[in-house]
Amino acid sequence: MSDIIFSMAIRNIRINILRSTLAAIGITIGIISIAAMGMLGTNMTASVTESLSSMADKLQVSPYSGKGGGGGPPGMGGSSDNLTKKEYNSIMKIADEYGYGYGVHSIRGSVKKGKDTWNTQVYGLEINDMKKVLDNLTAGGYPSTDNAVLIGDTFATDNDFSVGSIFSVGGDSVKVSGIIASRGMTMDLSTDSAVVMTKDKYESIYGAKDEFNQVNIVLDDIDDADVVTEDIDSTLNRREETVRVQDSSRMASMISSSVTTITSFASLIAGISLLVAAISIFNIMMMSVTERIKEIGVLRSIGTQKVEILRMFVYEAILIGLLGAVIGMVLTLIIGYIFIQIMVGSTKYFFTYDSLIHLPYAMGLGLIICIFSGLYPAWRGANLDPIEALRAE
Amino acid sequence: MTEEVVCLEDIVKIYPLASGDVTALNHVSISIKKGEFVSIIGPSGSGKSTLLNQLGCLDIPTSGILKIGGKNISEMNDSELTNLRLFTIGFIFQKFNLLPLLSAYENVEYPYILKYRRNDKSGRVSKLLAMVGINENLAKHKPSELSGGQQQRVAIARSLVNNPTILLCDEPTGNLDSKTGVLVLKMLRALNQKGKTLIIVTHDPGIASQADRTITIRDGRVVDS
Repeated sequence: MSDIIFSMAIRNIRINILRSTLAAIGITIGIISIAAMGMLGTNMTASVTESLSSMADKLQVSPYSGKGGGGGPPGMGGSSDNLTKKEYNSIMKIADEYGYGYGVHSIRGSVKKGKDTWNTQVYGLEINDMKKVLDNLTAGGYPSTDNAVLIGDTFATDNDFSVGSIFSVGGDSVKVSGIIASRGMTMDLSTDSAVVMTKDKYESIYGAKDEFNQVNIVLDDIDDADVVTEDIDSTLNRREETVRVQDSSRMASMISSSVTTITSFASLIAGISLLVAAISIFNIMMMSVTERIKEIGVLRSIGTQKVEILRMFVYEAILIGLLGAVIGMVLTLIIGYIFIQIMVGSTKYFFTYDSLIHLPYAMGLGLIICIFSGLYPAWRGANLDPIEALRAE
Repeated sequence: MTEEVVCLEDIVKIYPLASGDVTALNHVSISIKKGEFVSIIGPSGSGKSTLLNQLGCLDIPTSGILKIGGKNISEMNDSELTNLRLFTIGFIFQKFNLLPLLSAYENVEYPYILKYRRNDKSGRVSKLLAMVGINENLAKHKPSELSGGQQQRVAIARSLVNNPTILLCDEPTGNLDSKTGVLVLKMLRALNQKGKTLIIVTHDPGIASQADRTITIRDGRVVDS
């Protein structure tokens, strides 16, 4: 069957092409705003999650400092800043059950090269732990003596150090044996701008023999994070809180959740543009009905049902919505791609399902808004009194 | 006995206005038989258009019984009234009232599609257009590209496409020059002779004189029929 009603809706759009296109552009802008915001959120979340995933399987156990003590370097500022041997052994026992644990000495230490002196992060680790945890050297090798150290990629670049460079840490001269590749955002060891020395060297400079100020646990199974935390709590924090366990996966999910909240709010703001588009379409549909009152009268007098008049105007609204949605889809892919490249710095996740799904959602929303905006004018047109409509000029 | 296609019994139509009720039709009773050519005349404001709207099922009376083809229109809902207009009544207006978005051919085909839910493949639309003197080339044009006479011919073809029993004409020659008016009237007369019931509302005594019967309305009442 030839749908003459649909055909008439198309012709009316064609006749008023400028007006219809302007209305469609309103929808297009709304769709671009909402879809791009949604995509931005997904891409940011994916990007952050990826950055955090490398530390999601790690737990950090450190002395509880909630009583206000501490702040000084281990071995110098009081024992409350370090884990006791007993605490260390208990933590390592639990760590061995669920994965791999290692003690970490850390301090903001003084570094000197020539006449220049500055402070940087200094870590002290067992050689075996270094080999296991810092398995990403870009140059050189692991320390073979206590005077050899590893340095972070940023530290090396910023200070023009390379393998073999000599500088002093805490007054002791050390030689660079290897450079650690950039590890980005991590919670266990932030080595990019740090010096990593052997445990013995660290203790010879800063003291705190066998009293680590942190134990890191690398879990075999990421789902064991809660169990390990509970085990440590029940073993060490039963009477009073002596250690604090930081769960990286929880931090990762909090950051992801925050990104989602922010982008959802931004999408909501972007939704205002769709509201404006809805008002524009409502206005245009009302104009269309008003201009065609006489035509409606004729249509009704020669046997067109109310529902067919309603259909004609709803078709017009749908066509405007479809036009806007299709233009919006194409432009979102282009603008969204550029926008995300600028905002996130990577389009790695742009063409994933989670990212692209925002496009049909936004298009669907735009189309529904178009239909709703057209419903009242269509209903009004359909319910015009045929006699009054025929009299209209 | 000839079948009665239109029957008005004691029809009253009152328009409630803020300034007071206006009685447009006051106890009007008319009977029109199948194949009759009836003209309705009367001065402006006499109730002619109101009567035509009642006959065309565009409006329902305040009281009284109006039967079209034996069916009481007061008992019909909007959808049934619309279908009655589509199947039984053909409208011819003074200002032609063709649909500006459609070509002449599509204007004629439109009520056919509404009725049969398909395009005309029987050639009926083309035959009707040819009958009223609109050739294939003219049929492709939009109403705005046709002369008044051509538009009225298209309107006549449109009114006939669903083979209605009744043709309702509201001043069908009112917007035409006298020569074209004569041709259109001749066409309508021919349709009446082929059996269509023709009801014409007019100011023109010349047209009224050609009818089998003239109904004169004044102040909402039938004063002569």
